Amino acid sequence: MTDTPVLSVRNLVVEIPTRHGVLRPVDNVSYDIRAGEILGVVGESGAGKSMTGNAVVGLLDRPARITSGEILLSGQPIHTLKGEALRRLRGKKMGMIFQDPLTSLNPLLTVGDQLTETILEHLGVSQQQARERAVAALEEVGIPAARSRIDSYPHEFSGGMRQRVVIALALCAEPDLIIADEPTTALDVSVQAQIVALLKRLCRERGVAVMLVTHDMGVIAEAADRVAVMYAGRLAELGPVREVLTEARHPYTSGLMASTPLASQGHERLRQIPGAMPRLGNLPDGCAFHPRCEFAQDRCRQNPGPTLDTCDGRAACWFPLGADRKQEVGA
Amino acid sequence: MSALIKVDHLTRIFDVSKPWLNRVIERLPKALLTAVSDVSFEIEENSVYALVGESGSGKSTIGKIVVGLVPPSKGAVEVEGVDLATETDAAKVEAVRADIQMIFQDPYASLNPRWRVRDIIAEPVAAKGGDTKGLAERLLEQVGLSAKDADKYPHEFSGGQRQRICIARALASGPKIIVCDEPTSALDVSVQAQVLNLMSDLREELGLTYLFISHDLTVVHHMADKIGVLYLGRLVEEAPRDTLFDDPKHPYTRMLFDAAPRMDAFGREVEPPKGEIPDAINPPTGCAFHPRCPLAVERCSRERPEMRQIGQTRVACHLAE
Ligand SMILES: Nc1ncnc2c1ncn2[C@@H]1O[C@H](COP(=O)(O)OP(=O)(O)OP(=O)(O)O)[C@@H](O)[C@H]1O
Ligand SMILES: Nc1ncnc2c1ncn2[C@@H]1O[C@H](COP(=O)(O)OP(=O)(O)OP(=O)(O)O)[C@@H](O)[C@H]1O
Ligand code: SF4
Ligand SMILES: [Mg+2]
Ligand SMILES: [Mg+2]
Repeated sequence: MTDTPVLSVRNLVVEIPTRHGVLRPVDNVSYDIRAGEILGVVGESGAGKSMTGNAVVGLLDRPARITSGEILLSGQPIHTLKGEALRRLRGKKMGMIFQDPLTSLNPLLTVGDQLTETILEHLGVSQQQARERAVAALEEVGIPAARSRIDSYPHEFSGGMRQRVVIALALCAEPDLIIADEPTTALDVSVQAQIVALLKRLCRERGVAVMLVTHDMGVIAEAADRVAVMYAGRLAELGPVREVLTEARHPYTSGLMASTPLASQGHERLRQIPGAMPRLGNLPDGCAFHPRCEFAQDRCRQNPGPTLDTCDGRAACWFPLGADRKQEVGA
Repeated sequence: MSALIKVDHLTRIFDVSKPWLNRVIERLPKALLTAVSDVSFEIEENSVYALVGESGSGKSTIGKIVVGLVPPSKGAVEVEGVDLATETDAAKVEAVRADIQMIFQDPYASLNPRWRVRDIIAEPVAAKGGDTKGLAERLLEQVGLSAKDADKYPHEFSGGQRQRICIARALASGPKIIVCDEPTSALDVSVQAQVLNLMSDLREELGLTYLFISHDLTVVHHMADKIGVLYLGRLVEEAPRDTLFDDPKHPYTRMLFDAAPRMDAFGREVEPPKGEIPDAINPPTGCAFHPRCPLAVERCSRERPEMRQIGQTRVACHLAE
């Protein structure tokens, strides 16, 4: 195994030009994902999680586009690829799993046809071998009686089974990277547990790198190795999952944890973060979180705002919480 | 303590057959879906009763029957001693209707985008010719918004703020009971905390009673006094909150608890539950959970278990003890 991360995102900026000026749904985001590692990405609705994932796989909807930064797949820049080259790379090296399995499946083709088509396109095998691989892929994701179900259409499967088919489809070309955007949000708890266990197993056994976007802190805790917390298009905190969740350094992460009901805590009032995340067109100066932050000081209201690089590498905060919380960083 | 709501052997069957002609041509039988099957429970005044269960377990249907939006097929619901489905005294029905309100999951879909917030909130009272002067302003402040927001339109608010507006509207008629169907499922956790805290405050200030519907166990644990667990339209277990979480007796309840992701379970490796919820049109015989149940014995596939009282718990399982 080499030291080169499977995915390396460097200072990524995605911009959307609008009549009222340029919005930055992804603002200077950097992270790596190594082989066999799951990076969890959390944050409230509109924080830029999907936009980051879509930028990586080259699926940004216009008018959003990458305006600076780089994306390296196993060391090779891919943010400059276009058209056919990008499409081929996406099918071969990257797999995608979205919240609604129906968006990734063609309702008019059988599950088997969709799988064999993908396999034939990306792996140099015969028609017969492709079909065998398709059956194997369905078995691997836990579709019972895969050989007899392979000629069914997507609508003949339940929601949980469809999501398994999507995972099989994302995996069948043996990609190095999987982007899973809220893959279990629409599913029931018991099915969610099955899908999360499946993702973890595949990641471990196949050494795939996974970017797992979810708003469920429980899923993050159980599945992720490291976690990135996004706020208003920026990374607020990035670190090993246990440390970030139990000893948050960014006040936003800490607020997020405290506002999540925990089975151990009973009827007490939940701590709430006042206000709401600002809209992109209306971001405050300095740290985007400062209007809601109980620790904010003058410096937090001034540009340039804190970033992971200019702070301690873990939290984009001038006054991070933790052991020596009075210690101002980067001053 | 008296029960404010009595749900008595409630059953609701939906006819989900194809159109008559297709049925004749394709020789299909009538398809009946039992969304709620023989469910009984009581809700005490000023308490929070939660219904949990996975998708399709009948939570919303029960909620709608309780507020009178859907009639039961069998059984009855009494609110303050009045059965909304059969009561003939219009004045009584009217009074109970005003006492019970419902809040839905999607704060985006449930507000008319063309109305001002003032009119949205006052509508339930205005419709009955009541006095709405200053009502919206007062309620907005009660739910933590500003009286000035009354002149705005729904699109000017965030998701959490819209759910506050929905709550304000539900409070307009001065109800005693609020049925909340997944009130925070569409909201981010930090916003969810604001709404849950507001609901707890209102319960204390106004002495409200909630029927709280959710699939999220941690939210239910936070809010509820008593919890009923549904599986395929059947109530399989009911217990006071701590009893249920400390000592779940039904194998399905245990499966749910084990499967729920936990924020303190780093890298947990558990065997996930097997199988999926069966088709509600052809539910399994006997105990509906028996095909997935690790304890099932022959009797389970034959005989539907009765609700039994064990200590503070009511449970429908042949083997529970
Ligand atoms: N065409 C557009 N014009 C203006 N803003 C846009 C456009 N498309 C997306 N945005 C904004 O980009 C931001 C990032 O959106 P993104 O979908 O990445 O959020 P997310 O973190 O995935 O949220 P969610 O949890 O709701 O999926 C949002 O604030 C959104 O409003
Ligand atoms: N009007 C209807 N006509 C036919 N079937 C219905 C109708 N309403 C509900 N059902 C069916 O009844 C069952 C119970 O539905 P219900 O909406 O009560 O479940 P739920 O527990 O609220 O699920 P969810 O968590 O998905 O909201 C489901 O199988 C559903 O498809
Ligand atoms: S009745 Fe039988 S099948 Fe049903 S939950 Fe109990 S043990 Fe399991
Ligand atoms: Mg998203
Ligand atoms: Mg429902």
